[in-house]
Amino acid sequence: MTKTMAIVDGNEAAASVAYRASEVVAIYPITPSSPMGELADQWMVEGRKNIWGTVPQVVEMQSESGAAGALHGALQAGALGTTFTASQGLLLMIPNMYKIAGELTPAVIHVAARSVATHALSIFGDHSDVMAARQTGFALLASCSVQEAHDLAAIAHASTLEARVPFLHFFDGFRTSHELNNLSQLSDDDLRAMINDQAVRHHRERALRPDRPVLRGTAQNPDVFFQAREACNAFYLACPAIVQDVMDRFATQTGRSYRLFDYAGAPDAERIMIVMGSAVGPVEETVEWLNTHGEKVGLLKVRLFRPFAVQEFIDALPRTTRAVAVLDRTKEPGSVGEPLYLDVVASLAEGGRNARVIGGRYGLSSKEFTPAMAKAVFDELQSATPRNHFTIGIRDDVTHTSLEYDPRFSTERPDTVRAIFYGLGSDGTVGANKNSIKIIGKQTGNYAQGYFVYDSKKAGSVTVSHLRFGPQPIRSSYLIDKANFIGCHQFPFLERMDVLSQAVPRASVLLNVPFTSAEVWNHLPREFQQQVIEKRLRVFVIDAYAVARDTEMGRRINTIMQTCFFAISGILPPADAIAAIKKAIEQTYGNRGEAVLKKNFDAVDQALAHLFEVKIPDRVTAAFDILPPVPPSASDFARNVLAEIVAGRGDALPVSALPPDGTFPTGTAKWEKRNIAQEIPIWDEQLCIQCGKCVLVCPHAVIRAKVYDSPLLANAPQTFKTTKPRWREFEDLRYTLQVSPEDCTGCALCVEICPAKSKSEARHKAINMAPQASLREPESKNWEFFLSIPEFDRSRLSHSQVKDVQLLEPLMEFSGACAGCGETPYIKLLTQLFGDRLLIANATGCSSIYGGNLPTTPYTTNASGCGPAWSNSLFEDNAEFGLGMRLAADQQTTYARYLVEKLADPIGGDLARAILEADQSKESGITAQRERVDELNRRMKAMDSNDTRDLLAVAGSLVRKSVWIVGGDGWAYDIGFGGLDHVLATGANVNLLVLDTEVYSNTGGQMSKATPRGAVAKFAMGGKRRVKKDLAMEAISYGNVYVARVAMGGGDTHTIKAFLEAEAYNGPSLIIAYSHCIAHGYDMVFGMNQQKAAVLSGYWPLMRYNPTLNPEGKNPFQLDSKAPSIPLKDYVYQEARYTILARTNPEAAAQLLCEAQKDVRRRWHLYENRASMAGDGTGSGKRLEDISQKPESVVAGEPEGGAK
Amino acid sequence: MIDLTTQYMNLALKNPLVASASPLTESVDNLRHLEDSGIAAVILPSLFEEQLTLESVLIDQDLSRGAEEFAEAITYLPNLESYNTGPEGYLELIHRAKQAIAIPVIASLNGTTPGGWVRYAREMEQAGADAIELNLYSIETDMHQSSDAVEDRYCELVRQVKTSLKIAVAVKLSPFFSSMAHMAKRLDDADADALVLFNRFYQADFDIENLEAAPHLVLSDPCELPLRLHWVAILYGSIRPSLAITGGVHRAEDVVKCMMAGAQVAMMTSALLQNGVRYPHRILDDLASWMTEHEYDSIQQMRGSMSYRAAPNPGAFERSNYMKMLSSYALRIR
Repeated sequence: MTKTMAIVDGNEAAASVAYRASEVVAIYPITPSSPMGELADQWMVEGRKNIWGTVPQVVEMQSESGAAGALHGALQAGALGTTFTASQGLLLMIPNMYKIAGELTPAVIHVAARSVATHALSIFGDHSDVMAARQTGFALLASCSVQEAHDLAAIAHASTLEARVPFLHFFDGFRTSHELNNLSQLSDDDLRAMINDQAVRHHRERALRPDRPVLRGTAQNPDVFFQAREACNAFYLACPAIVQDVMDRFATQTGRSYRLFDYAGAPDAERIMIVMGSAVGPVEETVEWLNTHGEKVGLLKVRLFRPFAVQEFIDALPRTTRAVAVLDRTKEPGSVGEPLYLDVVASLAEGGRNARVIGGRYGLSSKEFTPAMAKAVFDELQSATPRNHFTIGIRDDVTHTSLEYDPRFSTERPDTVRAIFYGLGSDGTVGANKNSIKIIGKQTGNYAQGYFVYDSKKAGSVTVSHLRFGPQPIRSSYLIDKANFIGCHQFPFLERMDVLSQAVPRASVLLNVPFTSAEVWNHLPREFQQQVIEKRLRVFVIDAYAVARDTEMGRRINTIMQTCFFAISGILPPADAIAAIKKAIEQTYGNRGEAVLKKNFDAVDQALAHLFEVKIPDRVTAAFDILPPVPPSASDFARNVLAEIVAGRGDALPVSALPPDGTFPTGTAKWEKRNIAQEIPIWDEQLCIQCGKCVLVCPHAVIRAKVYDSPLLANAPQTFKTTKPRWREFEDLRYTLQVSPEDCTGCALCVEICPAKSKSEARHKAINMAPQASLREPESKNWEFFLSIPEFDRSRLSHSQVKDVQLLEPLMEFSGACAGCGETPYIKLLTQLFGDRLLIANATGCSSIYGGNLPTTPYTTNASGCGPAWSNSLFEDNAEFGLGMRLAADQQTTYARYLVEKLADPIGGDLARAILEADQSKESGITAQRERVDELNRRMKAMDSNDTRDLLAVAGSLVRKSVWIVGGDGWAYDIGFGGLDHVLATGANVNLLVLDTEVYSNTGGQMSKATPRGAVAKFAMGGKRRVKKDLAMEAISYGNVYVARVAMGGGDTHTIKAFLEAEAYNGPSLIIAYSHCIAHGYDMVFGMNQQKAAVLSGYWPLMRYNPTLNPEGKNPFQLDSKAPSIPLKDYVYQEARYTILARTNPEAAAQLLCEAQKDVRRRWHLYENRASMAGDGTGSGKRLEDISQKPESVVAGEPEGGAK
Repeated sequence: MIDLTTQYMNLALKNPLVASASPLTESVDNLRHLEDSGIAAVILPSLFEEQLTLESVLIDQDLSRGAEEFAEAITYLPNLESYNTGPEGYLELIHRAKQAIAIPVIASLNGTTPGGWVRYAREMEQAGADAIELNLYSIETDMHQSSDAVEDRYCELVRQVKTSLKIAVAVKLSPFFSSMAHMAKRLDDADADALVLFNRFYQADFDIENLEAAPHLVLSDPCELPLRLHWVAILYGSIRPSLAITGGVHRAEDVVKCMMAGAQVAMMTSALLQNGVRYPHRILDDLASWMTEHEYDSIQQMRGSMSYRAAPNPGAFERSNYMKMLSSYALRIR
């Protein structure tokens, strides 16, 4: 029997079994399954063995299709293999899944089930991915909980060997994959007892081996294919019994019993609900509640969904069953019903059972599914004409599918403690709560559950932790809405969130406040005070930041708040709680050194002395309410829809509120004032040299400059700053540099890059960080006034100069990217240069998340309403997606030109000719063309013919469009490389911008082929051993591709010139942009310094390859940075991704550094030689030294305007 | 045959040439080369307790940054079992050095807390160090802390470390004491086995273009030697601990001067960094030649021969000489 108890999440529960039951593990990161691969990789590095005594080989592939291919090969060659995936990843595996199943190959794929992208991408959980794989021939086995993810993983691995049918074992993404819960762990002996050795030997005997050769994977003709396809039937017929047999053996081994279809409820139930996955928990709670209240209901849990065992299904249903509701966590538009529903209907028909069956959809993309909803479904089954094809959990006011439910219904047990904590990602709340769950689960004898909700922002992210614990196992797989304890770890949340709405009467509330207990009441909003009084809540306060400061904890208040939680809740005696917290700290942070432990211990010891209970007045005294989520001046859509999402009330939005095709307005991020910066930059107009570097590097477009006429200052706020422009041409105008205080993230990149220092106090610069709180109001007014000043005339500026670029309006602003992000400055620049004619195809990744994750969008428009049109297709197809955009734009232009020619007379010959002959190679030409097209549209509106109507629809395409294909290195180097390569080869006029962070940033820093040698990343824990791919040289090999390697911090003018040249080039362009990233492991304030160091060390040579120089007989390859002037180690050892290896394995680090330094030299010589060739490639061209003297002076696109 | 042997604390050395703590002694290969080229003992680079603390805090910051903020990326760097933020790497270096070379291996320590000094010193002893050099490098910027308090702290920690160890303990000092002789006596009373004169401070230089203070490393120069000679000459014979000179030793003649001042050993860093790990060969050859030429039989014979007690003109070490020098300089420039 197994007795080892642990608190783990579903991913670890499944991976623990999969790893031990495998020899080859092929992986690729995708949320929410990535942790399974990461754990497998970690265990391999740690040398953990599988049950056969060897360390499995874990290999990261370039995509899920690659992982499936590698798995297929490993299986064919006799290994026991597994992989982990979700969503699109599973879809990419489908072709190989058919093959693996078709060849009757034992294997298990573990899936953290997640929505498949349709009208939108979603990382959250439902069954749309596994349902898309149900036809592959894989068996589908569903787990409902963390324990089952562990147990059924073992059952899948054991069954597949005996059945020879491959298994897809799945559990709900996030809800199960990321939920912490108690786990009775299976030992190696348990697993050995479950796995049939003979079956393993048979699998190995079927391996492809030259000493006993066979051939598998033939091509077959009409004569035999069909029969051969039917030959597998016996295996599928036998499979369910094998699985049940394995389940029975498992029960003997562990005491935990499972059946293919597990029934729970009244033996004589009349109404039955059928579900799979985590919804089992709330339904089971509801069934128990209803049955104790005199009803006769039941639940049928589907575990083995494929092969669907009809007889076992029929046998599992009580004979008394009268009505059945089948719930599917997926949607198949246009089908008769969803898959489980259809199977139930067919099975009942085949089994000769007569029962009314209705089907419904629930829980798409982790939509909450609660006992209240389950009860509504049971109630519906009771009605005379229950609604079929219903939805539950939403309000469908369009096609009226939704069932009503009473949200007040609850099955929460009174002996379960429920606590909700609001925190910031950066304050460590989630980490501390994970520890609390482990402490309670291990030390109090209670069962415990933890689930964590994050918002979609990467900077200033709000986290909500839901903790339950009590004497009974916790199956409640839904968020807490009746809490005994509320912790709010950030006082500013109270002005914009109703954190007490879930508090039950007499609940305890813990606040981190910057006030004393006597002062705090008058700083609380009216709604808060009201609920405290009405619900008779107890309120405790601590100034946790003061304690953190005194104990050198910085902004980490996690252990301080955790100590207070234990003190208030009384779960453990105080001394025991403190000892347990310290032990947990040791386990969590012990690997980081004693100093860290000590300061955490100090913080814990100091906490209770600063915890006070607030004396609650008997009446509401507050004069202010919770702020509206967006200002009243926002658009209708922003106020009615986006504001509700911002406020956390998106669940209540009806179907009619949402666009049916996933189309959203741009320019909405400006409404979401997040106020996340503790400090913001403040301008010293006396010192400023107006170089524009701060504006260029600002990742969130919150620091901007304008030059304007002085009369515009008439209504300026009192504190609005202005000075004389430092442009000779604009001397009679005024200049202002302004910060948006409520949108700034406080990253301080601008201050770090500022070159202007005070002559009398060197630390004082032209911009300096200052506390936001007192500046918020005046600077908000200044910002508002600043926005009211018209944008400067673009035609008067040189677009290739940093100084002038600061005056170009950014059309990407206030994104949810990390504070100090290294990617967004490039995209912002893109929108400044070409934003009003920009089409962006965006690969899935960080840039698609900060670029397109609801509630608000950062892409915006100029005063004319023009701005980037943006879309994300997939991760793997972005280059092709962008090529499609180009083809469409070109085709529409061709058609529009045809119509202009055809309609030349009615619209006017001069205008038609001017349009058709327009030179749009420069912005001035494009602006003129835009004016002509406006005139064309005006003239055509007075006409009415099919041709004019057609031309009106496509006239916009007469203005040159700029198509940019944007994505990260995961896309460009790995999963999308094939497409990228192909698009480059087409010669089409598209621009590819690779934001190279050298890891899969969005999924948490996994290795890509852009990861440099010697850097530690997930899947390369021992430091990457091989060199980074030189994507630039690969693209250069075509000869007709414009290629540039840029690094804004190493050459800002160079970056701008590369963008201009790429866009101007009438063919494919590839810009590889060094992007510092939070995954590199250092304070992002130094991001641009690191970019510079990368260039100075020669690690990131700045270069451009411009094919337009070829016809002139010039060498298209230009090396734009100087020869390396610092050793590589001076660059790399500023970053934890490198220093971690130097700490943990100094010999390997030294060796890899040595090799990496050789890489730098080798590449430099290669580039140097290439740059010194003549245009015809015969050598004796311009020497590197000549160029390296003037790195920024290379010729770019002809400057426009006369400002220079 | 010339006898180059010397006794430094309780260590019998084959000659007076010791490689002092520097990045050179971080590599076991270098230690082997140094031994092969005749060096008599090596001092490993200093283990800085402050650095261990700083590294611990930094690794915590690096691992925490961005963690638990975003559902798709709960962490950004792999979670390893250990990040070696403790002294293990250093202790391992001692262990490997002891296995690789036969000459004495002296560990060097710069602590910040009394507990830290004692703990790490003990661990170094357990790892096999033949002796320990306490590197009292600190920059006292607290205006409320008196020189007495600083000196008391130094003496107390030397005493504590000494009572905790069996191996010998040397103390490396800066020259910035109001009363160097008194300080030396106090360290003698605290049971130090050797005094190493003097530490060199790596001070920031100003980048006047960028208005930044930048760390600035300048290798030692023979002109730094006289200060050391001066103090060793004064202390020689007046206190019990061995005396070592570090800073400005670049040639065989410098070694001779150190010995004549009264030092037991002469330590080198800059000369090794400049001339490579084979350089001791040349120094020792030159030393032997010089001694042969000048008919010295042994190092012992010359030790202290130019000390304050033994010099023919001890006034050269005193204030009167300083004034004389000044006036003569003034005369020269007139």
